[in-house]
Amino acid sequence: MIHQFKNNGYNIVMDVNSGSIHVVDEIVYDMISLMEPLVKEGIRDADTIKAAVLNLADARYSPEEVKEALEEVLALQKEGQLFAPDIYEDYVFDFKNRQTVVKALCLHIAHDCNLACKYCFAEEGEYHGRRALMSFEVGKKALDFLVANSGSRVNLEVDFFGGEPLMNWQVVKDLVAYGRSLEEPNNKKFRFTLTTNGVLLDDEVLEFANREMANVVCSIDGRKEVHDRMRPFRKGQGSYDLIVPRFRKVAETRNQMNYYVRGTFTHYNLDFSEDVKHLADLGFRQISVEPVVAQPQDDYAIRKEDLPRLLSEYDKLARELIQRRKEGRGFNFFHFMIDLEGGPCVAKRLSGCGSGTEYLAVTPWGDFYPCHQFVGQEKFLLGNVDEGITNTAVRDEFKCCNVYAKDKCRKCFAKFYCSGGCAANAYNFSGDINGAYDIGCELQRKRVECAIMIKAAESDMEEC
Amino acid sequence: MKHIKTLTTRNLKESMKKGGCGECQTSCQSACKTSCTVGNQSCEKIK
Repeated sequence: MIHQFKNNGYNIVMDVNSGSIHVVDEIVYDMISLMEPLVKEGIRDADTIKAAVLNLADARYSPEEVKEALEEVLALQKEGQLFAPDIYEDYVFDFKNRQTVVKALCLHIAHDCNLACKYCFAEEGEYHGRRALMSFEVGKKALDFLVANSGSRVNLEVDFFGGEPLMNWQVVKDLVAYGRSLEEPNNKKFRFTLTTNGVLLDDEVLEFANREMANVVCSIDGRKEVHDRMRPFRKGQGSYDLIVPRFRKVAETRNQMNYYVRGTFTHYNLDFSEDVKHLADLGFRQISVEPVVAQPQDDYAIRKEDLPRLLSEYDKLARELIQRRKEGRGFNFFHFMIDLEGGPCVAKRLSGCGSGTEYLAVTPWGDFYPCHQFVGQEKFLLGNVDEGITNTAVRDEFKCCNVYAKDKCRKCFAKFYCSGGCAANAYNFSGDINGAYDIGCELQRKRVECAIMIKAAESDMEEC
Repeated sequence: MKHIKTLTTRNLKESMKKGGCGECQTSCQSACKTSCTVGNQSCEKIK
């Protein structure tokens, strides 16, 4: 499968099945678009291909140029870096029969929140249910379950999530201490992370987090008016002024690493690149700003007609990011980060986020769900910390979730970068975890293109 | 090559041979919580 696109002056050819990415000139760009339909039809005979592409010489290019470019294309094809066949589907078949282990938990340490964010999928922290705080006993059982079900995997991940986890801070600290006590006897290593709105983030929390948390995710949407509109306190007052200095301290004391300022954009700030720039101007270097997940009837939901604007915003943001890196004041934008050289293996790329199998959410009272976004939807209840996974039918449904199980993903060039997307989004918009959230897919494809274009630009910068 | 510059990428086919150890990070633990972003993650064996 080939995907070609032009962005910011670069002609890019992705050979999806091999993972190869080529930056090409106009003649090769045109040549590959002529060759791809032939290869798709199964025509691999070099003479037939040559005859077809040599027609290019009648148009814009000289016969010598065409011949020279064709030799380069055929050389890459021979090396398996162009027109590589899809050899992964059978691998999936074996893959789904694999024994999975649990390696990550999202602990809903508090189903309560001190903000009333309008887009909150947890509905002000309550997740369609009652307000509740996780007890140490429930959290302890969850960590025991994780260790017992993680097989030989060494690195275990635990996210303290909510609601707002700082509303149950003592339990967080106690669970970290308990987790550490499990490490040596069980040959495990916990990577704890904390997601917070910053309202209760004081020096004591920060000192502890800097010592114990592998990552801290700080929720902030960007410009003051954008943030305060969607992230007010329960009485309506905005939270921006309170949290910005605290989050800046997080960034500084963590040496600008191992944290994210993480925002959500909605229909009300389609110019979200300005929010990313604002966060960068505040001094943050690790930034993630992501589209809201909402029901279509929500006034702030991203609509299909918003897409052209949003796609151009990503392009604009990608150019801005390159410019700032050239000026020595670059930042990371989570959705433009892509690891081409050391990225995940095919097994990981096919199987996605691992929700429902490797990754589980735990409610304050100890119930398991496939992930934080399914919490409160009873048909997805998987079990609990006392009995383990009892709903194996739902678990097996998630286990079989992979890019080849999804019709729309099979044909998509981005499938090995998004791994088939978010199961919760797919379910919310199509009623099927193997369905697709079309707006999300459009945005994802654009982000992959931008990320690759940035890599092409960085490659040029390195050569300068 | 004169017409083509190939960026250095991990060979996906090769990764089938030794892949699937499962030690890599779970994607939603990184920052997102609302999307599945896998391409930006690093293989624990390579980094």
